[in-house]
Amino acid sequence: MTEPVPYRVTTREAETADTVTIELAGPVLPEFRPGQFAMLTAYGIGEVPISLSGGGSGGRLVHTLRNVGAVTAALYAAGPGEVVGVRGPFGVGWDLASARGHDVVIVAGGIGLAPLRPVVAALLARPADFGRVSVLIGARTPADLLFPADLRRWGRHAQVEVIVDRPADGWAGDVGLVTTLIPRAEVDPAAAVAFVCGPEVMMRFVAEALRRRGIAEPAIGVSLERDMKCGAGWCGHCQLGPLLLCRDGPVVRYDTVEPLLRVREM
Amino acid sequence: MTTPTLAVWKFASCDGCQLSLLDCEDELLEVAGRLRIARFLEATRQVLPGPYDVSLVEGSITTPDDAERIRKIREMSGTLVTIGACATAGGIQALRNHADVTEFASMIYPRPDYLSTLATSTPIAAHVDVDYELHGCPVDRRQLLEVIGALLAGRKPNIPAHSVCFECKQRHNVCVVVAHGTPCLGPVTRAGCGALCPAVGRGCYGCFGPAETPNTAAEAALLIGAGMSADDVHRAYRTFNSAAWEEAGS
Amino acid sequence: MPESAGLLDATELPRLFDALRERGYTVVGPTVRDGAIMLAELGSAAELPYGWGVVTGAGRYRLHRRSDTAAFANSAGPQSIKDILHPPRARLWSADRTADGVTTTGPDRPPRYAVIGARPCDLAAMAVLDRVLSAGAYPEPIYTARRDGVFVVAVDCTEPAATCFCTSMGGGPAATGGFDLAMTELADADGHRFVVRAGSPAGAEVLSALCVRAAGPRAESEARAAVAAAADAITRSMPDESLPDLLTGARESPHWADVADRCLTCGNCTMVCPTCFCTTTEDVADLTGEHAERWRRWDSCFDLDFSYVHGGSVRRSGESRYRQWMSHKLGNWQAQFGSSGCVGCGRCIAWCPAGIDITEEAAALSAWRRSERAQPCPP
Repeated sequence: MTEPVPYRVTTREAETADTVTIELAGPVLPEFRPGQFAMLTAYGIGEVPISLSGGGSGGRLVHTLRNVGAVTAALYAAGPGEVVGVRGPFGVGWDLASARGHDVVIVAGGIGLAPLRPVVAALLARPADFGRVSVLIGARTPADLLFPADLRRWGRHAQVEVIVDRPADGWAGDVGLVTTLIPRAEVDPAAAVAFVCGPEVMMRFVAEALRRRGIAEPAIGVSLERDMKCGAGWCGHCQLGPLLLCRDGPVVRYDTVEPLLRVREM
Repeated sequence: MTTPTLAVWKFASCDGCQLSLLDCEDELLEVAGRLRIARFLEATRQVLPGPYDVSLVEGSITTPDDAERIRKIREMSGTLVTIGACATAGGIQALRNHADVTEFASMIYPRPDYLSTLATSTPIAAHVDVDYELHGCPVDRRQLLEVIGALLAGRKPNIPAHSVCFECKQRHNVCVVVAHGTPCLGPVTRAGCGALCPAVGRGCYGCFGPAETPNTAAEAALLIGAGMSADDVHRAYRTFNSAAWEEAGS
Repeated sequence: MPESAGLLDATELPRLFDALRERGYTVVGPTVRDGAIMLAELGSAAELPYGWGVVTGAGRYRLHRRSDTAAFANSAGPQSIKDILHPPRARLWSADRTADGVTTTGPDRPPRYAVIGARPCDLAAMAVLDRVLSAGAYPEPIYTARRDGVFVVAVDCTEPAATCFCTSMGGGPAATGGFDLAMTELADADGHRFVVRAGSPAGAEVLSALCVRAAGPRAESEARAAVAAAADAITRSMPDESLPDLLTGARESPHWADVADRCLTCGNCTMVCPTCFCTTTEDVADLTGEHAERWRRWDSCFDLDFSYVHGGSVRRSGESRYRQWMSHKLGNWQAQFGSSGCVGCGRCIAWCPAGIDITEEAAALSAWRRSERAQPCPP
């Protein structure tokens, strides 16, 4: 688990100006469940934690990543045939079992949609197992919207609402924060679960809005980001109070983390 | 892919940091294979025209001409790395910032009116944007190679900003403060030297300047407790990196 | 395990060293260097710190000459068994580009170490590190390999330091488990000798190669008395309450700002702590980019970069970093790994340049909580 397994980039697709989806193929690893993450190595550059946006079994992994630092820049630039190191699967993913028989609200901000994409896929693949599905998405600008083809497809079986911070010419949709979409979610709040991923501040506001809507805190799952270095609980970097987020997260119940997130500089 | 170019520049300084680069000898040959040394007057008189992919800048800004020249260098440099205490914090010559430079000049030069100098010695970053800073008087050769290697590879250089104590403990030095009662600036000084002075039983002189968040007041109290006078403590903070320590609140 | 203790003459220690080397161990133990008792690979038993004692206080450590020839009558130096089992720097892997991909080589096979003079607090620390690094879903390979191969010669503590408080962390000056051999040192008018017991088949086998007499009731009772006296000599202690509850309840205490005034955020406490395990990694490559390596080194929650997430560090202030360290050590460790992270060795007190004392800070937090609870409710 310390040595990355060499995978090869099979496809690379630009999503936005700074975000790309890469598909990797390599030796079969234990199955990655939605919300779990891999540590991806750009050899000689470094390693970063990246959630799966698709695949996860049979030696096929799909990652959507944003070019924000030296390692993600190298991964962003990796074209078909290039070798990327993979370690994983790590962490606890989305609790899909808890959603069985319930309505589900998915709330994503920016790149936060990437780890939720396999959740939506799983929900829509087995519609009989779940109630109504409402997908609420916030992005900075229309050009920053991820997976437009998926959104169109999902829209045929689920409620999909999109809002942007800054509209562009020709944008006829909503403008504002993703929290404003929550009252519109077509679900029964008393019997709904929510999965939320995005910047930490956004998740706190979203959780508060969901709570006001009547969804209980224990039914809200959030995916937190800390500086996972080892993925296996050995390095101490991803601590949040009693939690080691690489091991106990990244997906955690909101009622568990809310008191921790409230403490300054925790 | 064209070979990236490297230029080395000097401002008010002793050339010691450039010598650290020359000191890299074996590694420098390897570097030279991957990087065209376009301008390095300490090593060769041959100068290739700019622009340059990487500029290493030694020395501080002490004259109006310096202030002009560094702007031009910035314009023709892709990545600009300042090297050493002079370039990153004004150097020993920044002691003048708290004194009257015309008085100094009149004591030393027979015709001080020939001099054109600024009242202060300031770091490069006070004049232009700097991409990376390498601290120390002189810089550490391994850090120099690390930053060059990282720039070539496109990775983030491993240049920690924590205290010297990290390095001291990791190389199994005995703490000179706790075991000998020797005054040492290590707890508030930026790592990078490999804990050179404590390794030979001496206290750290702080030549790498302040660590990321130095508690200089608490350290000063400890130094005074170890027998230093308040004046001595003040001088210890003022030696190599006075501008940086001042900014850190000492 | 042997039912009765044996007696090993101090003159027999060289033979112990030989026996360990013959069995393939690299012998590591305490020796005097630069004014402290440090751990080093020892060429012979003569390098042990015979006749050296130690006086410690908050932020202070001094060697002194003893009136006897005892080799282990000195409390722990800045290093611990962590330095051997979880080294400050290690290569995790190296990788080379090949025609059909990348070939990766894992960490170097470590030597098998025999650690002479491990203290009961070292053994407690090793048990803590076992839970952190070896007991999870993914055993950490470097620690686990070194740990699997180690042979531990523990020495009961007969001379605790003023900074020790193992007795209030559930430990004590007697080695009770986790060793291959354990010895109690006696250096008095009857000579310099060790009451010795085996703690594993490997220990018993090594013992069988040495000249061991039956200890006899007198030496055994002297040994027991020396260890009991050590327990009595320990003066520092932690507050007698649930430390996890204390630290959780004290998250917003103004006392953290008081500590931050004194704390240098230099990281020494974490480096000398025998259980602080945090690390970071550095990736390097040769200039051609064909050969890459990942190195791991000790890191510390006192480093600003430690809590870096995209956009900045979570714990910027000194108070938040000290709170993280102490709350983790005494509180959150319990939730994460099922035990406290503190074994009461006192190294963090002695080797803090500012002399910050974790037992005093815990007492101050406890007092603050009591005063908070005593506050009358606002009208």
